[in-house]
Amino acid sequence: MSRTTTDPRRMLDLDPVTIRKARSLARKAGAPVVTIAKRHTTVSVERAVLRLAGLEGADVEGIPWVNRLVDVVSEEAGLAQGVALPVWDAMLRTGDDLLTVAQKAAAGSVTFRVPEGKDAARAARASRAQVAAGVRRIDANRKHRDKLIAKYGPQPAPWIYLIVATGDIYEDIPQAQAAAREGADVIAVIRSTGQSLLDYVPEGATREGYAGTYATQENFRLMRAALDETSAELGRYVRLTNYASGLCMPEIASLAGLQRLDMMLNDSMYGILFRDINPIRTFVDQRFSRQIHARAGIIINTGEDNYLTTADAVDAAHTVTVSQLLNEFFAKEAGLENWQLGLGHAFEINPDIPDSFRLELAHAMLARALFPDAPLKWMPPTKHMTGDVFRGYLLDGFFNLAGALTGQGILLVGMMTEAVVTPWLSDRDLALQNVRYVFNAAGNLREDFRPAPDGFIANRARQVLGEAVDLLERIVDDTLLDAIADGTFGLMKRPADAGRGLDGVVRKESGYLNPATDLLEEGATR
Amino acid sequence: MSTPQRRPNKANKNIVRPYGDATGDGMVQMSFTLPLPHDKRAEGAAQLFATKMGMDPAMVVHAKAMGPDFTFFVVYGPVHHLVDVRDVVIVERDYPLLSPKEINGVIKKGLRRPLVVVGACIGTDAHTVGIDAILNIKGFAGEKGLEYYSEITVVNLGAQVSVPDLVEQARTHKADAVLVSQVVTQRDAHLHNTKEMSAAFREAFPAEKRPLLVVGGPRFDELATAELGVDRIFGRGTTPGEVASYLVSALVPAPTTRKKAS
Repeated sequence: MSRTTTDPRRMLDLDPVTIRKARSLARKAGAPVVTIAKRHTTVSVERAVLRLAGLEGADVEGIPWVNRLVDVVSEEAGLAQGVALPVWDAMLRTGDDLLTVAQKAAAGSVTFRVPEGKDAARAARASRAQVAAGVRRIDANRKHRDKLIAKYGPQPAPWIYLIVATGDIYEDIPQAQAAAREGADVIAVIRSTGQSLLDYVPEGATREGYAGTYATQENFRLMRAALDETSAELGRYVRLTNYASGLCMPEIASLAGLQRLDMMLNDSMYGILFRDINPIRTFVDQRFSRQIHARAGIIINTGEDNYLTTADAVDAAHTVTVSQLLNEFFAKEAGLENWQLGLGHAFEINPDIPDSFRLELAHAMLARALFPDAPLKWMPPTKHMTGDVFRGYLLDGFFNLAGALTGQGILLVGMMTEAVVTPWLSDRDLALQNVRYVFNAAGNLREDFRPAPDGFIANRARQVLGEAVDLLERIVDDTLLDAIADGTFGLMKRPADAGRGLDGVVRKESGYLNPATDLLEEGATR
Repeated sequence: MSTPQRRPNKANKNIVRPYGDATGDGMVQMSFTLPLPHDKRAEGAAQLFATKMGMDPAMVVHAKAMGPDFTFFVVYGPVHHLVDVRDVVIVERDYPLLSPKEINGVIKKGLRRPLVVVGACIGTDAHTVGIDAILNIKGFAGEKGLEYYSEITVVNLGAQVSVPDLVEQARTHKADAVLVSQVVTQRDAHLHNTKEMSAAFREAFPAEKRPLLVVGGPRFDELATAELGVDRIFGRGTTPGEVASYLVSALVPAPTTRKKAS
């Protein structure tokens, strides 16, 4: 992304002082939440530790062993010191491996305690050694991805992002491979509706889901293997995306790292606002999941586009900017780098209002200007897509043009049958023709495109940034948790002491041990 | 496609067929995909298919390979079918479909307090997909869920809620309506659970205090309200807007009746 000739920051004449102020306010708003996140753990964070240590599988009822084990430890020893100390203490006492201890725990034939003194030190060492093996596997996957990208060559932006969603992993695979052959650079497997509210990760290959396919470790493995095959066939690395959101964010992030997924949806506030998941649970889970993504070299995609599906895309434009700045702060705090920040925004302005395309360009250029080194994820129209597929096709063309003019990094391909059916084979093909035509026809139009200084676009961008700074100031005064409780984002009111998953939040006590967090924060491999 | 003999007259204005650029020409466009590689045979198959659908003559105006195994077609042509608009049967909805804004307005004016909805999946059913599609702001089919409505207070109890708990929660929150979703239909669990639920509410509340009971799920018969003891049943594909519109029509007194009552 060359900034010499097409620096949108200069094109929009944005005040560098205002931009610095916006970032510093986002830091001020986010820092207290990080403090809270560091003071707590959750059942899902603890289960992720066990998954990194290699505990897989489920009992006959399909409840994963990690859930069984964490539930029993929680009852007998509590989770305030973490799951690692009691579990590895039990392993050392019994001589059993992790799976056997989990099975015995479920049967009630092993007891757990928080070890002290030498026992605690031994359990800490043993747990770290075993979790480190999982972390090294994530490291190896990252190296392998880098090697494949080096072999095939880097993919020029924008990356074309397509969705499959059949509910059956064995149906998804040929569809994903076909989409890649048709030109997709990124394949996203949409999750089954409602998975975000399950407090466990289903096991194994799954063949039925509602409007999507369950995220499971085996489904991840199968799809990555299939896309590796297709990548070799096409001579370019096809990336795989899934969702680290909902109640099992930390576990799904870990599984994504273990199975070499490449991008993950991971928003700091989506679960709170749109799934009514407890804010503390979300921020704790999110921090851990982002630490994993940082380590795994996974690019996150944030969910700002969703605000615009509930609130008005013009009136609420600044809430997108505010959320992007917060997502950036939380991401950087967790160790993610600029190239890993697929900050979201969307083409959702009502096409019936005058100058809607100019407004879209202003918002898209503002995002590009504020985050020059982030890939940015550009989301197509959904709210104003109707059954009129012809109008929808035109709207998608304008969306693609805005993407070309503003240098978006990840382009989610819009379907003219949005709001009608899940995409047909022909819908995807037509959508890709639309993308290709626009990018081919517009070429490097970006080089020639200069919004007039003090013109409509530049003024609108400055106005949105100004409104974002005002809102951030109010959030800092009010605290972020209260702002969320008051319905600042996406019009949803979510108090910090309510919402799903609250009972899985535990305040850490002195002596808390999480070997995974330690390894991630130290950057250690052993 | 000659037109003169197809001039409309008053006698058959109820008899229609599609209109391209002349009355009665019957012109239709369609597009579809065949699982065939693109070649002459595939185009012939597309034409034959369109002819069988009643387009005669069918004109394959566009054919394009989509990968090695599929071909996409656009076909134009006249159809000869006629429709008598008097034969059209419309399934009447017994409540007006309102926008979220209108619904909020009706509640504000008619109820002068938020309308309280308590929702749950009861029994062992863990499939919250239905209740969440209706209640969560995320919504369904492009419509936002009831949480989106500023004048509706939503209490979503989630999955595997016991009937006594549901009754208790409905009482605590002073529910105007209780929404129950049932996806699992093994051994008619959805029917048994619903009957148990409606009986419990009838027992716990005097008739005039009982919240409106609404049940939804893909396998319900929408006509079975009396048998199941509920006020309304919604089937597959129901959207949040439909549920919200129904709730205000059933629960919010029209301005005139309110005057009479107070």
